[in-house]
Amino acid sequence: MNMFEILMQYTLLFAAVLSLVALGGCFSEHSGVVNLGLEGIMVIGALGGALTFKYLGTNTSLFVIVIMVLLVSILSGVLFSCLLGIAAIKLKADQTLVGIAMNMLGTAAATVIVKSINLAEDPTNPSSEITYISGKKAFTFIDGYEFNWFMIIAVIALIAGYIVLYKTRFGLRLMACGEHPQAADSVGINVYKMRWAGVLISGALGGIGGICYITAGVSSWKFEVGVAGFGFLALAVMIFGQWKPQRIAIAALLFGFFKALSNVYSGFDFLKNLNMPSQVYNMMPYIICLIILAFTSRHSRAPKAEGIPYDKGMR
Amino acid sequence: MKDKKFFEREGVQSVIASIICILIGLLLGFIALLIINPKGAPQAMFRIIGNFFKWNRGDLKLENFGITLVKTAPLLMCSLSILFCYKVGLFNIGVAGQYVVGACAALVGVFGFNLNWIGCVLLACVAGMIYGIIPGLLKTFCNVNEVISGIMLNWISLYSANMILGKYVATGAKDTPELHSTVEYQKALLPNIGLNNLFNGNKYVGLGLVIAIVFAVAIWIIMSKTKLGFELKATGYNKNAAKYAGMAEKRNIILTLGLGGLIAGLGASLLFLTDFTQWDINQTSVPAMGFNGIAAAFLGGLHPIGAIFSSYFIQHITDGGSYVDLSMYTSQISDMISSIIIYLCSFTGLIRYLLKRRKGGV
Repeated sequence: MNMFEILMQYTLLFAAVLSLVALGGCFSEHSGVVNLGLEGIMVIGALGGALTFKYLGTNTSLFVIVIMVLLVSILSGVLFSCLLGIAAIKLKADQTLVGIAMNMLGTAAATVIVKSINLAEDPTNPSSEITYISGKKAFTFIDGYEFNWFMIIAVIALIAGYIVLYKTRFGLRLMACGEHPQAADSVGINVYKMRWAGVLISGALGGIGGICYITAGVSSWKFEVGVAGFGFLALAVMIFGQWKPQRIAIAALLFGFFKALSNVYSGFDFLKNLNMPSQVYNMMPYIICLIILAFTSRHSRAPKAEGIPYDKGMR
Repeated sequence: MKDKKFFEREGVQSVIASIICILIGLLLGFIALLIINPKGAPQAMFRIIGNFFKWNRGDLKLENFGITLVKTAPLLMCSLSILFCYKVGLFNIGVAGQYVVGACAALVGVFGFNLNWIGCVLLACVAGMIYGIIPGLLKTFCNVNEVISGIMLNWISLYSANMILGKYVATGAKDTPELHSTVEYQKALLPNIGLNNLFNGNKYVGLGLVIAIVFAVAIWIIMSKTKLGFELKATGYNKNAAKYAGMAEKRNIILTLGLGGLIAGLGASLLFLTDFTQWDINQTSVPAMGFNGIAAAFLGGLHPIGAIFSSYFIQHITDGGSYVDLSMYTSQISDMISSIIIYLCSFTGLIRYLLKRRKGGV
């Protein structure tokens, strides 16, 4: 396999993660709730999936593994996103603060859980790592290549997301709640229910994104590091994609490319000959992200009512 | 004559709300310990709450109390940075990156320019300030949300610091050199100003704590007693109203994030110039100090004086976490408790409302 094939594979893998999570953020924000907790949701989704890999063992059929892992990741993400729903919709808390707390809680709780499991199995092993070499294979469909089911899932999710948001009654109502909740309420739409739907969908997509991320090119994960800012990169993809699924796909490919480059740059002779420190490539995705945001945020089409708790009594 | 009864005063209610958050957080942490392993849970909880009381000799208690205080100083600075910006309506999550940049600049001052401690501290302030101004400029001129740009800048700062400080690390080692061990670096150590004698000769305790507390008081005075503080708060309440009233709202936003960065950068230098810890160039995640600062800021009811106590509390349980029986539990249980506390802090408005309603009903 030449280097360009490898680069392309990783680009597609990371683009799949970013588009899934960004689409999640898109649903939540269209309903009017800012979801800064995507990073934490990803960690918890990844944890659910990784534990499923671990406990299903090697004797289970591949099909069952794929289905179970996806289901558990989705469920974990959805459950964790309830923390945002309760705080932001029910109790009208500061959504930024709740999101940040969820990110910290996600990483801390995942670390505690994994370390406790590892310690219970072997008191001399206090690591936060889970290994899933055989489980990961279940998701790849060509031997020797990193192509996997997540790429298909991401494409399906993007198409479904587009149809749901723009072509169904539910999607249009959801977006109304993010633009002008009072108007939506006045025509009989239950704003609270719609916002809950948005948050839970973002939990589901964030959960899949999490398990997708920790199987991208690696077969074990240290939960101490969380997901290394990927939830926020996904939010940047969402902003750059102007909250529209079709544009999110393009943005995700662009960001995925730079992330992939930071992983595999050493295989390219001309990049290696530049003799730049590895850290430069590590920060590349984040720098590109900042630059792109700086140029595209001026005319941002963010949902108008996002981040503002809906209060029936307010005008 | 007091206008309001004791329990109806806003300050008292915030303190009660914070204490409720702490109690629920500790309770949930205890439940987690019980689930992991019921046998050692009570002891582990006492270790977390007790921290330095685990030592059985008075002088050791004092020495370890001093160590918690040494780490409280930078944490307090981070939480001051957060709460200062939050009052102006800005969520400065970039505080973690500003902290990293401050640490990096202070250490470059030591190893690269061979400055004394004043020079290193000033360098850290300038670096932190510049790093805080970046999200400010992006926000005012490019409409980039400061939370997203802050997170990106955090990761950029981490890799930059690893790259820059890598030059001063001996081959094969992962940490920057200790300051105590080389004579020419010793002038960069923060002075102890006699405080070390109070803590059983703990050589790390010194000026840092004093600077942090002075800053807390200064920010309290600036925010509540000066024209600048009033303008900044007005900008935070309503940017457009502030602009209409003739305040330079763009300048205020940039100035606030710049000052926030300065405070965080200075905070980092207060830890790294004590020589208590060194920079590990292999670290792959941004230091937790900045994020714990968020916990401390909100737990302290967003009040600078409250932040002094809440910062100490967060550092106290974080250090206590490292004393749990590591064959059964992990020290991250403290991080979990802190994050639960932050989550609960977002409900303080609700708790205060409930307190008010209860009083109103009587």
